[in-house]
Amino acid sequence: MTFLPLIPATLLVAALATLPLYADGYCLSLSLSLLNYTVLATAWAMFSGPTRYVSLATVAFFGIGAYSVAVLGEVLPWPLVLLIAAAVGGAVALLVGLSTLRLSGVYFVVFTFGLAELIRQLVTWYEVNVTRALGRYVFVDVTQAQIYWQMLALATLVFLTGWLVGRSRLGFALRIIGDDETVAPHVGIDITIVKVALFALSAVFMTLAGAIMAPRWTYIDPAIAFNPMVSFQVLIMALLGGAGRLYGPLLGVIPLTLLFEFLIARFPNHFSIILGLVFLVIVYLVPNGVAGLTARRAAR
Amino acid sequence: MTRLLEISGLTRRFGGLVAVDGLSFGVAQGEIVGLLGPNGSGKTTALNLVSGALKPDAGTIMLDGRPIAGLRPDRIARLGLARTFQLVRVLGSMTCAENVVAGLAFRRPVLWGEAAARRAGALLDRVGLGGRGAMPADALTYIDQKRLELARGLALSPRILLLDEWLAGLNPSELQEGIALIRSLRAEGTTIVMVEHVMDAIRSLCDRCVVMNAGALIAEGPPAAVLADPAVISAYLGGDDA
Ligand SMILES: Nc1ncnc2c1ncn2[C@@H]1O[C@H](COP(=O)(O)OP(=O)(O)OP(=O)(O)O)[C@@H](O)[C@H]1O
Ligand SMILES: [Mg+2]
Repeated sequence: MTFLPLIPATLLVAALATLPLYADGYCLSLSLSLLNYTVLATAWAMFSGPTRYVSLATVAFFGIGAYSVAVLGEVLPWPLVLLIAAAVGGAVALLVGLSTLRLSGVYFVVFTFGLAELIRQLVTWYEVNVTRALGRYVFVDVTQAQIYWQMLALATLVFLTGWLVGRSRLGFALRIIGDDETVAPHVGIDITIVKVALFALSAVFMTLAGAIMAPRWTYIDPAIAFNPMVSFQVLIMALLGGAGRLYGPLLGVIPLTLLFEFLIARFPNHFSIILGLVFLVIVYLVPNGVAGLTARRAAR
Repeated sequence: MTRLLEISGLTRRFGGLVAVDGLSFGVAQGEIVGLLGPNGSGKTTALNLVSGALKPDAGTIMLDGRPIAGLRPDRIARLGLARTFQLVRVLGSMTCAENVVAGLAFRRPVLWGEAAARRAGALLDRVGLGGRGAMPADALTYIDQKRLELARGLALSPRILLLDEWLAGLNPSELQEGIALIRSLRAEGTTIVMVEHVMDAIRSLCDRCVVMNAGALIAEGPPAAVLADPAVISAYLGGDDA
């Protein structure tokens, strides 16, 4: 009974997998963006939805993934590169989680933002002073279609994981923490372990997204890989869709990816300003996200 | 024969204020002990120290012969100590059944899935919320939220239960139901420490009372004797230097 949603989901994934067979380059590239933001926003909401800890570290992990590929892509077989990227992203998340998840509210937001900037500066410093070249070329022999299939697989995995976590004691513990962090330990929940585990799990998906997307650029530098705008975009997408449900972020990813794509093409110089306005409007008008709206309507 | 809970020399300071000052008392298996004292005398702080929400500055707490002072609250909960909160705390975004499952899913042994749902249903019946499992917890009235919080505590199958003014704010008929509910817990052998201001409840439920004033213990004994103690009376009448 509870496995019922898996059937339409499987059909959907199968249908999406055929896309590269007939789509043109532009359509494929747009779909890739959609998949990328779907992974990032869903992974973000996996941790931040139930705990309400707003993380701006998304791009830190994304960038770690991208750089793992830029450094190792040529030297090691691809699955191993992905594995190492995931391990590095997960390890950084564990470290960061253990040291910061005791922070609450605004301190956590600021810390995660600072973390992404710090990693970017460290990478920049290293490239300038050690390798003596700011940018790197990403030489991985992979077609756009292959990148697409990998991202589709990752998106499927993120949903499957989120679905399983939602049914597990781990996910339940996270919801309790989100509801009342004072009550949680008194029913026997080790809140630090739960939060760190979910933070790391979500970070691994973000890292893998960065790793899979990296070959698409052919050239990366710290400003591209660690662009803080990505963290904000992911945040706003998840908020618009509603971070309280697994499918929520997707409802924000689709319209906003298309909107951002349009805005970047039409108003490349004013993109940040418009992004800010979009942010304000969303937080003001749909505080619980689209998913929250529809759920409330259904409850009526 | 040592008692189930044994507290000795328990002390906690907040800056210059000594909220709990060398408190010592014990609770025997199956006993209901009332923890009394005027407002601000340190009762809630004492419960917070025992349940691990706060760390003591000094003193020992033994639960069934095991030192628990300074342990994390989740460890203490798993050792069999459950509590309610002075300001009722239910998990508002969840159903009543989920609130009770919260108490089942992380204790030892773990209860989860079908078994947890069944047990949660039984516990909701137990506290008088039968049939309301699917109801959102924040839709409950105040007394029913208190019942739900109690069910969540009982879900831990605690060896000892700490109630912080669980009967406060109830109207007279609710109060009678509440007293009957706690009495029925005693009949099942549950050991309880209850912070309480409601004298009727103290007289009819407690085997023994411990009275605090300004963080320190000022009297201990059967309810009738303790409530007649001049030191207790003057503390309640507001003498800081009683
Ligand atoms: N976290 C805290 N930080 C600073 N002071 C505190 C803290 N918690 C309690 N206190 C102080 O410690 C003293 C004891 O408070 P506590 O809440 O334990 O009293 P109480 O006996 O439970 O009172 P009441 O009957 O009003 O609930 C009070 O003076 C209170 O202001
Ligand atoms: Mg109190």
